[in-house]
Amino acid sequence: MTKTIPDVICPFCGTLCDDLEVVVSDDGKKIEDVYNACVIGAAKFMHAQAADRIKRPRMQQPDGSYKEVSYDEAVEYTAQMLAKAKKPLMYGWSSTSCEAQSVGHEIAEKVGAIVDNTATVCHGTTLIAVQDVGIPSCTLGEVKNRADRIIFWGCNPTHAHPRHQSRYSIFPRGFFVNKGHKNRKVIVVDPRVTDTAKMADYHFQIEQGRDFELLSAFRVAIRNEWLPDTVAGIPKEKIYEAAEVLKSGRFGIIFFGMGVTQTLSKNHNIDNAIMLTKDLNEFTKFSIMAMRGHYNVTGSGQVLGWQFGYPYCVDLSRGFARYNPGETTSNDLLVRGEVDAVFVLGSDPGAHFPISSVKKISQLPSVCVDPHITPTTEVSKLHVPVAFVGVEVGGNCYRMDNVPIDARKVVDPPEGVLTDEEFLTRVNKRLEALMGAK
Amino acid sequence: MTKIALNLISGRTIQQGVAMEGGKEKDAYTKACGIIEMDISDLKKLGAWRNTNVRVTSQYGNVVVKAVEATQGPHPGLGYIPMGPWANSVINPNTYSTGMPTFKGVPVEVEIAMNEKVFSSVELVQKKCRGEI
Repeated sequence: MTKTIPDVICPFCGTLCDDLEVVVSDDGKKIEDVYNACVIGAAKFMHAQAADRIKRPRMQQPDGSYKEVSYDEAVEYTAQMLAKAKKPLMYGWSSTSCEAQSVGHEIAEKVGAIVDNTATVCHGTTLIAVQDVGIPSCTLGEVKNRADRIIFWGCNPTHAHPRHQSRYSIFPRGFFVNKGHKNRKVIVVDPRVTDTAKMADYHFQIEQGRDFELLSAFRVAIRNEWLPDTVAGIPKEKIYEAAEVLKSGRFGIIFFGMGVTQTLSKNHNIDNAIMLTKDLNEFTKFSIMAMRGHYNVTGSGQVLGWQFGYPYCVDLSRGFARYNPGETTSNDLLVRGEVDAVFVLGSDPGAHFPISSVKKISQLPSVCVDPHITPTTEVSKLHVPVAFVGVEVGGNCYRMDNVPIDARKVVDPPEGVLTDEEFLTRVNKRLEALMGAK
Repeated sequence: MTKIALNLISGRTIQQGVAMEGGKEKDAYTKACGIIEMDISDLKKLGAWRNTNVRVTSQYGNVVVKAVEATQGPHPGLGYIPMGPWANSVINPNTYSTGMPTFKGVPVEVEIAMNEKVFSSVELVQKKCRGEI
């Protein structure tokens, strides 16, 4: 007889779906099936069962191959590396629980490290903009129950947050929008005709990189001021029409993604999007929300925020917290050669950093803590496999709207495999002995 | 050899997400992300069939990927490589003091490289780090 575990949290994207059902074998050791998850979430649960999963730490040998070592040796290497380093980078933190992050920060404080999370290549520019101009936001529950004007700007949730639209933003019947998508007008701004754009009432196929201009044009259009014939490739009539649609709504929301955070204007795009939200609030109620990627990148920002006062790229190397994006951010530090050791947990910079930064990681003493084999683990000096958070161990996570949700454990990790938190706690304990002896 | 100029962006696809969770060392990840989605008109300009290997070169590096027809087009003049080490071999690493590399909007040149191999993610990153390619 199999057993069905209800209300399981999906540890993939920032939508943090909380309605999964996972069927486990009678002995509670094997996941048989996953219901309600998107195809990516299901892949994550099923991959935890892979027969070829790495279950013991591996150390890189001089010829580039990897040799299995014990967890004790892994703890020793990691602690020694961090204790010896003058300015280590501790990067990642977005695919783990807040509890593990907290232990990691304790280590970082002890060794004088820089703690950076994946926002640095994701919504870091959003965080800069929020500090510049503030943010009028809301929860996804409010979007579901109230929003009748939805803008997806530079994001493609159909591919990146597959259940976002069905759970919150387009299709669900809400308290004040009881006809579901029929009550909502959807506007998509994207240089491609994305699968999200195909569902929209209005798609603005913007010239790539001209988001700042189009956001400014929207701000002009809602005031009925003069616009040139086209802005960012969009005829002015369409902009005026969309502005009227936005103003006529009862509750609107702008969701935005990498299309605005990673293009050249970066944080200034977000500044302008937030100011557009502010302007729209003169006519109706409007909110704005970042489409956060990793399931707990928001949590990393929260924990860093309440512990050190800054949401990412926190430099603790001087004994107090400093924060200066462009200086204390991972890619700048790596490219300028300002760090002398790299510790990665819950992220894959090998696949998602520019190759010039990855080269630097491969040349430094480096530890990668990750359940999977990734390009990062294959260039790091030490790979420490751990249990999957949200599958094999529970823990607190924050959804993209800053709502904390406790992830649940559904099966045991393979025998002898540590969790992130257990590994970090052991490293922390060893560091206490090492640093005390200094 | 014909070369065409494109504006490159990168980003998520659902295939990239599934393949990533299934294991980045596997073939499925290479098939999902070791590609460049090009508009059909750009493929014609290049003189390439669908599914031809091409070399994408920017000021910051080059990489061999498979050229496929745009799945979310039309977008003439725009190339799309799903996020991953292939895209990151050519994107602009400059952060302009924001911490954020410029992953989108990189001018690239694309040329046919029919006999060259699309490396797996691990091979690609290891070879680039060792300076072999």
